[in-house]
Amino acid sequence: MEVSGRDHQTRHHTLTMRLFDFNGGVKPDYQKEASTQTPIAVSPTPTFLVIPLHQSIGGTPRPLVSVDDRVLKGQRIGAADASISGDLSSAVHASTSGHVVAVEMRLMPHPSGLSALCVVIAPDGRDEWIERKPFDYRYHTRDETRDYLRDAGVVGLGGAVFPTHLKISSGKEDRLDTLIINGAECEPYITCDDALMKERADAIIQGVAILHDLLAAGQVLIGIEDNKPEAIAAMQAAVRARNPSDMEVIAVPTRYPAGGAKQLIRVLTGIEVPHGKRSTDYGVQCFNVGTAYAIHEAINLGQPLISRIVTVAGNVTTPRNYEVLVGTPMKTLLAQSQRLPDTDCLIMGGPMMGVALPSDEVPVVKATNCILAGSKKLFPPPPPEMPCIRCGECATVCPADLQPFELYWFSRAKIFGKAQEYHLFDCIECGCCSYVCPSHIPLVDYYRFAKSEIWAHESEKESADKARDHYEFRQLREERETQERSARLAAKAATSRTAAMAVPETPATENIPVSATGSATPAALIAAALERARAQQVHPKNTTDLTPAQQAEIAAIEARRTEIRTQAHPHLPLDD
Amino acid sequence: MSNSPYLLKATSVQSVMLRVLLALLPGLVAYIWFFGAAIVVQIVLASLTALAAEALVLYLRGKPLALFLTDGSALVTAWLIALSFPPLAPWWLVVLATLTAIIVAKHLYGGLGQNPFNPAMVAFALMIVAYPQLMSRWPVPGAVDFATQWGIIFGPYANHALDAITMATPLDALRTALHSAGTLPSAPTTVVSALANNPAIGHLAGRGWEWIAAGYLVGGLWLMQQRIITWHLPTAFLATLFLLSGLASVINPADFAGPLFHLFGGGAMLAAFFIVTDPVSAATTPCGKLIFAAGVALLTWIIRCFGAYPDGIAFAVLLMNIAVPLIDMATQPRVFGYKKTGDDVP
Repeated sequence: MEVSGRDHQTRHHTLTMRLFDFNGGVKPDYQKEASTQTPIAVSPTPTFLVIPLHQSIGGTPRPLVSVDDRVLKGQRIGAADASISGDLSSAVHASTSGHVVAVEMRLMPHPSGLSALCVVIAPDGRDEWIERKPFDYRYHTRDETRDYLRDAGVVGLGGAVFPTHLKISSGKEDRLDTLIINGAECEPYITCDDALMKERADAIIQGVAILHDLLAAGQVLIGIEDNKPEAIAAMQAAVRARNPSDMEVIAVPTRYPAGGAKQLIRVLTGIEVPHGKRSTDYGVQCFNVGTAYAIHEAINLGQPLISRIVTVAGNVTTPRNYEVLVGTPMKTLLAQSQRLPDTDCLIMGGPMMGVALPSDEVPVVKATNCILAGSKKLFPPPPPEMPCIRCGECATVCPADLQPFELYWFSRAKIFGKAQEYHLFDCIECGCCSYVCPSHIPLVDYYRFAKSEIWAHESEKESADKARDHYEFRQLREERETQERSARLAAKAATSRTAAMAVPETPATENIPVSATGSATPAALIAAALERARAQQVHPKNTTDLTPAQQAEIAAIEARRTEIRTQAHPHLPLDD
Repeated sequence: MSNSPYLLKATSVQSVMLRVLLALLPGLVAYIWFFGAAIVVQIVLASLTALAAEALVLYLRGKPLALFLTDGSALVTAWLIALSFPPLAPWWLVVLATLTAIIVAKHLYGGLGQNPFNPAMVAFALMIVAYPQLMSRWPVPGAVDFATQWGIIFGPYANHALDAITMATPLDALRTALHSAGTLPSAPTTVVSALANNPAIGHLAGRGWEWIAAGYLVGGLWLMQQRIITWHLPTAFLATLFLLSGLASVINPADFAGPLFHLFGGGAMLAAFFIVTDPVSAATTPCGKLIFAAGVALLTWIIRCFGAYPDGIAFAVLLMNIAVPLIDMATQPRVFGYKKTGDDVP
């Protein structure tokens, strides 16, 4: 009875569902058809898997294996290290069974050619799983579920790779108004979520149901851009088949960046989450469809996150989606789709927010949603930069409602204070402004420059503050030592005085145990002096003896800081 | 390899400027139809001068010549000067005006994108102050053949010969009529009688002028459709001018011309879609654009009705150009997620 009543309510809700709009946005050529013609293919296991330990926002997990160890598929090889990074990290696993041949620094899919610690595995071809046990979260505490997801390596697969367990609040039974599942996939070329929704809608919905339960969400809205009718139909069918209450699939207008978490939240609920605030403060939480799928695999099947769907598109013979083991060198994957001879660059992510790759040797990581081969023809080098003519087209398309050309002037002139005043840090680096600029100004590069200059300045200030704290603490300590010395001397003098003149009362002897002869004992005098000195002593900030609450607060601040920093980082796209 | 985004829209300053020139064509065709081909001569003169001046300054400043000469911005300035100047003005007046616009108003301030004042309007204002007589050499619609026009533009200055073939602009005709009211017994005393039987007056406003204005309107709407200009500036300008002149003519029909006369009788349409919309020197925020254009319209109307010059658009634009930084600063739009403008804490 109740279920059907709710169902009726849901249907009624669908009829009255009103979509909101965000300002700005662009409609580039989506180029999504090519990679959606064929179903998801399984990418072959490579000769070597290079699995970076650091694949999510947060601290680097601690390696659990060493050279020559045999590992099984799904075996944890990197543990989220609470002692280093608090809760902010996520485990990594062996993507197949084999032997560890190296634990060493390898080139990362990062534009500046960074290296990071990787576990290199030589697969044995047996693909032997660990013992897989489903995790029934209903019989575990929320903290246990959080730990399970952390150890299963589940992170946001929309590109931001934020550890999923951190988005499930521990302890308190906060009720969430709206759980948003992001299947918008607004970047050109990328179709991995589209393919997943078309082929594995039921598994996604099972993952969504788990999130629904865990977050005690009032309603679930699954937003998909209306250029994916097949995915919408598949998801709607999956929802109908499971008949959950208060869950619905909504087609949102196709316009980049509708898949940005903030933009999708705005479109579906009308709520604007400002920069620096968490969507949960507004009763909303957003997960990518791929993440929901990974949650289903981890909880219902007992399989940690060891593979993901990756779109290979652009300047290749056969654009396609692949299910790829994490750690597969991109070269192996690209061989499947065959790069065209005039390919001159590789991009991880889409053409709007993706990052140029330093080499095709870098591994597929959890953040890899797309590998885009580029050529001069496909992505011609930008024409020469002209002066800004203040045409304002950038402001028209800015989804954050900023005045990009003003930010450009301030960034270029290095007037960073003014740039911040004009909300530089509200820029999500979606690239719409650069896309439409008739003067071909690489606007986003100017903002990245300004942001990094401001961070550099802040960290400089921070270390200066630290140095000052150290200095002040030393001064204090020296002062205290001087006081203690003089106190000791005074005490000594007092004892000699009492011995000489037998004066029973001195100002220093109030409330101090008096010996049978009526004079204060030397030990008591010293203790009193020390007590006074201790009372004068000021405890320096940011040192030891912090309460757990304070420690938690500091950890939270650090986490936020890291998140902000990574948000602004070019290699972290919109969706989480 | 540069950074993202790798995808760029196929657009350029050049394409923007060329489309602006294209949008001027309907008005230009009407212009030629009513006032003869002299305007083409002026446009060619202004364009050649602008390109030469631009090339010279770019060379002196060590800037890439090919890149900036082909951006089309100098041509837009040249065309706007030619179209706002009387077609029978002597050749050197247009050349001097264009040199001033490009060298002084544009490049001395830093070149493309840097000029606080609209270069074409700087040139117009300077010339109307320096040569008010030459700036009133408007031909009688349809009366003059091209050979005569050519002779006037390049010939010696002969005022008496000109009188037969030139006439006042509609705005000028009206102000002269109203100013002479009361001094002569036969002089008209109201707007209606001043405009009645006046050869300069057509259906809505000036003969010929109204069609040129309609041409600019068509071109301007196309620019809007092309997303080169937004609705804010033209709408605010035309609406303010319409309301002010409408209100004044309702209150005192004897002394104030109606809104249609103001909108179609002078340079209002050219200004609305091509002059106040100059992105470099106009306000840029949505609210700022409304204030800026309304301000230009208000000043234009005041100068037209109470000032010493028949049309005040150039002065109005320059005066409002000065206020642009302040307007922009004060009208920053609300940022996503913030409650109101200028909020630091959401």
